[in-house]
Amino acid sequence: MNIWIEALVAVSLLLGSLFALVGAIGLYRLPDFFMRLHGPTKLTTLGVGGMVIASLIYFGSRGAGVSLHELLITLFLFITAPVSAHMLAKAALQQKVRLSEQTRGKPWEQ
Amino acid sequence: MRARRWLPHPLLSLCLLLVWLLLVNDFSLGHWLLGALLGWLIPLLSQVFWITPPRIHKPLKLLPFFLRVLGDIVIANLQVAKLILGPSARLRPAFVEIPVLLEDELALSMLASIISLTPGTVSADLSEDRKTLLVHSLDVADAAALVHEIKTRYEAPLLEVFACSAT
Amino acid sequence: MLGYVIPLCLAIMGLALLLTLARLIKGPDLPDRILALDTLYVNAIALLVLFGIRLDSDLYFEAALLIAVMGFIGTVAVAKYLLRGDIIE
Repeated sequence: MNIWIEALVAVSLLLGSLFALVGAIGLYRLPDFFMRLHGPTKLTTLGVGGMVIASLIYFGSRGAGVSLHELLITLFLFITAPVSAHMLAKAALQQKVRLSEQTRGKPWEQ
Repeated sequence: MRARRWLPHPLLSLCLLLVWLLLVNDFSLGHWLLGALLGWLIPLLSQVFWITPPRIHKPLKLLPFFLRVLGDIVIANLQVAKLILGPSARLRPAFVEIPVLLEDELALSMLASIISLTPGTVSADLSEDRKTLLVHSLDVADAAALVHEIKTRYEAPLLEVFACSAT
Repeated sequence: MLGYVIPLCLAIMGLALLLTLARLIKGPDLPDRILALDTLYVNAIALLVLFGIRLDSDLYFEAALLIAVMGFIGTVAVAKYLLRGDIIE
């Protein structure tokens, strides 16, 4: 395999997994639910999406013709992540989870 | 009127054809035909369940908009990564209410998704009358500036594309 | 090069999974636990994709796609259950 393609795949895999790790760190250490929601919805989605694209490049460069079906996973992740985040946020608002004291502004009554 | 009845959602049919081709990962003529058949039959059989399709006035404007959103997603992720790894006692989380002008269901859900994916914000709730969006942000310096940025950067292009009766 | 990078990526993803698992156990509220489960399945997709590249086989694609679909449906169903006390209305 071409060394440049291999380097591209390696770099995007590494960056993707680092993003996913930072997302998990955010999920672990931030103080309240709404702040924790940010890490997984943005960072993990982008990280895993990037890794799937890297796999697309890898299998595409193996000479078996263009294979685009990995694109489906990335698209699906990017479309569904905001939806599930929104559902979870609504559920959390209704359950009245504890907010951190730094939070300004108030959610309206359900 | 007849065309409407036999092909209720042309865009949906196109999407189904595309998804079918990607799923089987085979771009031969047979799969084009099978995908087109599925793309025609599925909307036809399930049309009772669908919302009224939006009228897209300027479809060409969607493409540069999506590219810009994609760029913003990457930048926003770097910012959020910095915020998460930094000291969490210094974060200023806040709930912000954003008045929206969009009326179309698809356009509204697109705006909410884009807000969730881009700058340190997650859309949390939509008010009953669909006029206000509740947004939670990880670190806000100035709430008014945030509202202004979202309205000009993301809502204005969507308004132009979908040409809602917002006026 | 990939021979070194993929085990490293697998280790990083493993660490991410452990952190998510810690949040899943710790809670404290139900939405936190659902969010942790949601993150777990997205990370599982990444693990499967990495494993597929390592074994040089694209058989794992179907499994990853199925996890993506089922995970999304599961998250929405459970969130909806919290919201309304009922899944199908």
